[in-house]
Amino acid sequence: MEPTETMQPSEHEVRTTAPHHGRWARHPSPKEYVRIAIVLALITAAEVAVYYIDWIHENDLLIPLLFLFALIKFSLVVLWFMHLRFDSRTYARFFVMGIAGALTLYVAVLLMFRTFAS
Amino acid sequence: MQERGTIHVYESEHETTSTGLPNVKLAIWLFLASDVLLFGALITSYVVYRGRSVVGPYPSDVFDIPFTSVSSFVLLASSLTMVLALAATQRGDMGRARLWLLATALLGMAFVGGQVYEFTTFYEEGLGLTTNVFATTFYVLTGFHGTHVTVGILMLLTLFTLSFTGRIGQKDAMSVEMVGLYWHFVDIVWIVIFTIVYLIPTGP
Repeated sequence: MEPTETMQPSEHEVRTTAPHHGRWARHPSPKEYVRIAIVLALITAAEVAVYYIDWIHENDLLIPLLFLFALIKFSLVVLWFMHLRFDSRTYARFFVMGIAGALTLYVAVLLMFRTFAS
Repeated sequence: MQERGTIHVYESEHETTSTGLPNVKLAIWLFLASDVLLFGALITSYVVYRGRSVVGPYPSDVFDIPFTSVSSFVLLASSLTMVLALAATQRGDMGRARLWLLATALLGMAFVGGQVYEFTTFYEEGLGLTTNVFATTFYVLTGFHGTHVTVGILMLLTLFTLSFTGRIGQKDAMSVEMVGLYWHFVDIVWIVIFTIVYLIPTGP
């Protein structure tokens, strides 16, 4: 069963003014949104901090760490704020298709320009 | 079963579609997938030409990481206010929804204002659009992103205005969610740009 479906809420969190018919979905609560935002802010602070630590530059850790941080931030926004974790997988498939296309283009152009060789 | 930290929210009027999913939401995800390709091409161009400028100014001469970090925080904060606007709309709390929509638009304006200031500073330091390949790829990439943010601000202000006329309410939560998806998309694009363009050092 797809995560998004026509359903009625079982809790009292939706005000009584909500229409009784229509489409209902499961989304994070506002508190959950704030928690995710705090994590995102902390990761951004960590990104900027590692940029200024010489030891990380000297040990070639900067780029792997920055990519890791960016990947975590990207995933948190897409999965929670854009609700892909809760919505139908069809939306995720569309989005992943775009990312796969962009990555294919990226690698093809880098190979074409012999970026890896230089 | 209800997962911890989640609630059931009113999404939209029920509509019958062949996929069982709202067509408008499918369309926005398809649009975002195509926009990933656009930014993928622009980021690829930047990476291919990074470090290949033969004349300055070079990235290390002009970038102001503390300033851009603040801009990044501002855009991240706007993603939070956007989801809070959506949550308020889904609850039918239009007063709070207006407040968060306006806050999101203002944070977006602060981000674009920062970008205009950055571009102006770079130009005054001798980095015009055609000065070198770094300038061209940088201005085109970040300029396209700034244009996306500006379009998002216009959509947010439209929702804000329509909410006063009663044309945006709880039953129209899907419209707020669509603008929200677009807004979060410009946020994730900035996450990638901030890492690849600003934080990963290049040679000259």
